[in-house]
Amino acid sequence: MIAFVVRRLLQSILVLLAVGFIAFSLFTYVGDPINNMVGQDTTLEQRAELRQRLGLDDPFLVQYGRFLANAAQGDFGISYRHRRPVAELIAERVPATLELSLVAAALALFIGVPLGVYTGLKRRGFLPQVFLTLSLVGISLPTFLIGILLILVFGVLSQDINAALGLALVPQLPTFGRGDTVQLGWWSTGFLTESGLLALILPSITLALFQLTLIMRLVRAEMIEVLRTDYIKFARARGLSSRAVNFGHALKNTLVPVITITGLQLGSIIAFSLITEQVFQWPGMGLLFIQAISEVDIPVMAAYLMLVGFFFVVINLIVDLLYYVVDPRLRAEKAVAVGHP
Amino acid sequence: MAAVAAVGIAAGSGSAAAETFRWAFQGDIQTLDPHGLFETFTLGFQANFYEGLVTRTPDLKLQPALATSWENVEPTVWRFTLRKGVKFHNGNAFNADDVLFSIDRIRTEGSDMKVIANLIKEAVKVDDFTVDLVTPQPDPILPLQLEIFMIMDKEWSEEHGSTKATNISGGDEGNYANLHANGTGPYMVKERQPDVRTVLVANPDWWGDNKSNVTEGIFTPIGQDATRVAALISGDVDMAYPIPVQDWKRLDDADGVSPLTGPEARTIFLGFDQDRDELLYSSVKGKNPFKDQRVRQAFYQAIDIEAIKDKIMRGASTPTNLMFAPQINGFNAKLNERLPYDPEKAKALLAEAGYAEGFTVTLDCPNDRYVNDERICQAVASMLARIGVKVDLLAQTKSKYFAKVLAQNGYDTSFYLLGWTPSTFDAHNAIVTLMACRVDGKGSFNLGGYCNERVTELADLIQVETDPEKRQTLIDEANRIHSEEVGHIPLHQQPLSWGVRDNVTVAQRPDDVFHLQYVTVQ
Amino acid sequence: MALQDGRREGAASAAARLGDGVGRFLDSDLWHSFSRSPVAVVSALVAILFVGAAVFAPWLAPYDPFDLSTVDLMDSEIPPIWHREGDPRFLLGTDAQGRDILSAVIYGARISLGVGFASVVLALVLGVGLGLLSGYLGGVVDAVIMRIADVQLTFPAILIALLIDGLSRSVLPRELHADIWFYVLVLAIGLSFWVQYARTVRSSAMVERSKEYVQAARVIGIPPLLIMLRHVLPNVIGPVLVIATINLAIAVITEATLSFLGIGVPATSPSLGTLVRVGNDFLFSGSWWITIFPGAALAILVLAVNLLGDWLRDALNPKLR
Repeated sequence: MIAFVVRRLLQSILVLLAVGFIAFSLFTYVGDPINNMVGQDTTLEQRAELRQRLGLDDPFLVQYGRFLANAAQGDFGISYRHRRPVAELIAERVPATLELSLVAAALALFIGVPLGVYTGLKRRGFLPQVFLTLSLVGISLPTFLIGILLILVFGVLSQDINAALGLALVPQLPTFGRGDTVQLGWWSTGFLTESGLLALILPSITLALFQLTLIMRLVRAEMIEVLRTDYIKFARARGLSSRAVNFGHALKNTLVPVITITGLQLGSIIAFSLITEQVFQWPGMGLLFIQAISEVDIPVMAAYLMLVGFFFVVINLIVDLLYYVVDPRLRAEKAVAVGHP
Repeated sequence: MAAVAAVGIAAGSGSAAAETFRWAFQGDIQTLDPHGLFETFTLGFQANFYEGLVTRTPDLKLQPALATSWENVEPTVWRFTLRKGVKFHNGNAFNADDVLFSIDRIRTEGSDMKVIANLIKEAVKVDDFTVDLVTPQPDPILPLQLEIFMIMDKEWSEEHGSTKATNISGGDEGNYANLHANGTGPYMVKERQPDVRTVLVANPDWWGDNKSNVTEGIFTPIGQDATRVAALISGDVDMAYPIPVQDWKRLDDADGVSPLTGPEARTIFLGFDQDRDELLYSSVKGKNPFKDQRVRQAFYQAIDIEAIKDKIMRGASTPTNLMFAPQINGFNAKLNERLPYDPEKAKALLAEAGYAEGFTVTLDCPNDRYVNDERICQAVASMLARIGVKVDLLAQTKSKYFAKVLAQNGYDTSFYLLGWTPSTFDAHNAIVTLMACRVDGKGSFNLGGYCNERVTELADLIQVETDPEKRQTLIDEANRIHSEEVGHIPLHQQPLSWGVRDNVTVAQRPDDVFHLQYVTVQ
Repeated sequence: MALQDGRREGAASAAARLGDGVGRFLDSDLWHSFSRSPVAVVSALVAILFVGAAVFAPWLAPYDPFDLSTVDLMDSEIPPIWHREGDPRFLLGTDAQGRDILSAVIYGARISLGVGFASVVLALVLGVGLGLLSGYLGGVVDAVIMRIADVQLTFPAILIALLIDGLSRSVLPRELHADIWFYVLVLAIGLSFWVQYARTVRSSAMVERSKEYVQAARVIGIPPLLIMLRHVLPNVIGPVLVIATINLAIAVITEATLSFLGIGVPATSPSLGTLVRVGNDFLFSGSWWITIFPGAALAILVLAVNLLGDWLRDALNPKLR
């Protein structure tokens, strides 16, 4: 177990180094940061001088080496755009992204699993079929379009719709930002204020939709399969109540793949939050990164990619460990279960 | 906190009622340091809490600020009389030492205001409230260029180790002035969360008469157009800009909000590579078609500027034939007559120049810099297609676009779209930067290398000519030559596009700058 | 001579096998299941319609949206034909440049499906190949491939696309940059999907490897890999097909998302996703058709493919019948 963890940790470091390497090789091509750092009247000589001071004329291997050397000491450089240490900036943004991702993941799990169980138990029912088809519609639209449609309905048109219907059917919801936040140490939370909670609604729905569909369908498929196994049939034959069979035996057995996929999807939630944050002006890491791309803020981009890489590696590790704990049989063959579509 | 609250109440009691005003822009300021970035939005925002020696009214007229009067006592000496009794937000008094300190500060490594620093050879303190600024050569327009040079408090800066401008390349990442401000302006910074919000409160001790009843201003950057428009319509903000011109109708239709528009002092134009002997991106080999004036004129007359105005700019652009706008000192309406739209003539001109079959050329275009920039380029491409010129459009983000076409990359373009607002609001800036040959630091944004010796010479003459009438004649001559030779294709001045709640009045400056002190909330 | 005969014979038997195969297919459980499922039939028809439109776009579309000389700015933002301001020349109206929406959607589907199919094929070939290799050889090769797979699985297509876009720009000469977007997208999306195939094929290959006939084949000198191909592939073709179908849907969505972030298809040759992104700017202004039609086309296409994949998964899983 310990050897396994150590080996995986070493591999993770290699992965991070590779990410950094690739990241730095691309920075030269996202644009020239200098023009965003100076005004239009700044002379060519001053621009060249600034570029040299920032070390942007160095070959990218040199820049990468310098970044690694500094990063090893916890120094991720200074954001070109904010003129502040990158570590500080990211620390400010992490709570926003994590809170959004957490709410989205919770929505996906707490709605997705019950719906999956329901549609799995009642396979031929009309309502379950409606749920299934609806869920497919949800993943057949790109995230950004869903976000903008939500803004259109709940931000721009809600008054018009309500007026047309003559009832207050569509609430007006915040369409950007986090609302008011409360500072708990270095962590800023939106969970403690009304506007903070309201502001979470639209972005978290947007972010959760895809994962929700995925989890629901996964649970359904696993349920159907487990319900056909001999031991469930046997449990029924023994006269156990269907509730006990369904939830005590069947659901429990579907959890292994659900844990895996959810874990891996947590990574993609963080990645997808990039788009959601962009649409809803959510002041998290994703927005920071998108703005860094458009302003060519190299230190921020580098730190973000490394951090996201780090998150993914950690999540992967945790999923592996969970596997270990939940089902030791799968130790060697866990890949098979993950590969199941 | 208690102190801030007290300030709020004190200011509130001065006006009719305490009002909170919320506004949104597409980006955030990069720094609170007034010497950190020479950029219109950043400087305009900072002008809420920092002030220069001079300022401008909403219609861009120069007026006194920290200086009460100024005169050109010798050709190279401008004498500024400073305002007495002005206090910085921390209570420190303002005097000549602060001016001298600020001039020294903009000469430091991290400063982006070196352009201003270079205008001043030497600053001399005559007495506590009189300063002489010595220029390297006669400079008739020095005061015009000083609005964006903000004065900082010497003592405060020294106390917090901020005697140098915030340096991006590191070394002083904790620069206090980057996240804190201590100016003399009508508002004070209460809270700053970069990219999230910045809260300003009224300065009760401001020397001037703040006509606004806004006691608290909350600024939020919102990058996505749709989100920004939604925030305005839903009442989350009282004012938002820029608004995509196609959304004006939606604002008109929605309750309680309206678009606010006017011509911006920014001129949008197309430029050609006239310098290289062979274009980098063209099907024509061995020669450069843009060296032929007929080809440039053919392009000019193939563009239906009225269609662009009607369809892309919703009727709100101002077509132009000059490289700078009416708001700019030196503009002459008589010279602003465009060549007519005439595709037949354009075809004939191309044939005459030996390109009857047309040719292929790549158009470089930003897609997030100017109002509907990419759409203008697409329209130009389809208009040129009709005279047989096939345009490959390369529309990129401003970061990639500028990295490609500017001097540091060797002006890597054959045909490009660019916009310009002279930061001095004077014609000389446009002539020397866009129209002069690329020699001696001139023509730095003359990306196509248009070069006429006389225009270049005129740029130098205009710089030192102190007689207004003679100066205008020189400016007109430069414009006339440039128009005759079709040095560039000026397209239009783009519209300002703000969205405002109906219970709010704001003043819209032609350079897209917004000042809180001109806001009234009913 | 003998060689030619052999070839002819081979071709004949291949044709016979093919005919035989079609017959067997029509008689198969799969076909019966398909013809009994109205959802599957409708989805398949929709999908075929889209693929047909994509393939025959130059003949079907009323205009060529890439030909700028036919686009007139004065025709911009004309509503669909049933609207009172509609214009009979443009069935679904025009966009802000005066481009016919119907033509743009047809050509857009062509690009979206092109990127989708190409990236699925890339993922399939890569995944099946690596899966076979990994499952058959085992040991270090298996460990290395599976670790790469782990890493791969943790990186979403968006980040991979960013990296590949940057990398290709650094490696390729400048003149090519304007034309490489297609390959960047295919590579980025394809690379993010191969793992699923690899894992499915690998587990199947691991089972086969230990069977006696493989051992026997090895003894008599037949390359075991050849045998693996013949015996493993038929076993995994079902699951691989299911993955491929669903991947196609995800690929089309991913391409749209990448276009939204500005690293996708350029606006001058728009995919469905690019059309939606560009149209977004007009969603509030009342010109809803600019974004709704491409958006609906995208959603219907992806939905149809998803439903097909769903049906296929159920139909191929004997346990679910």
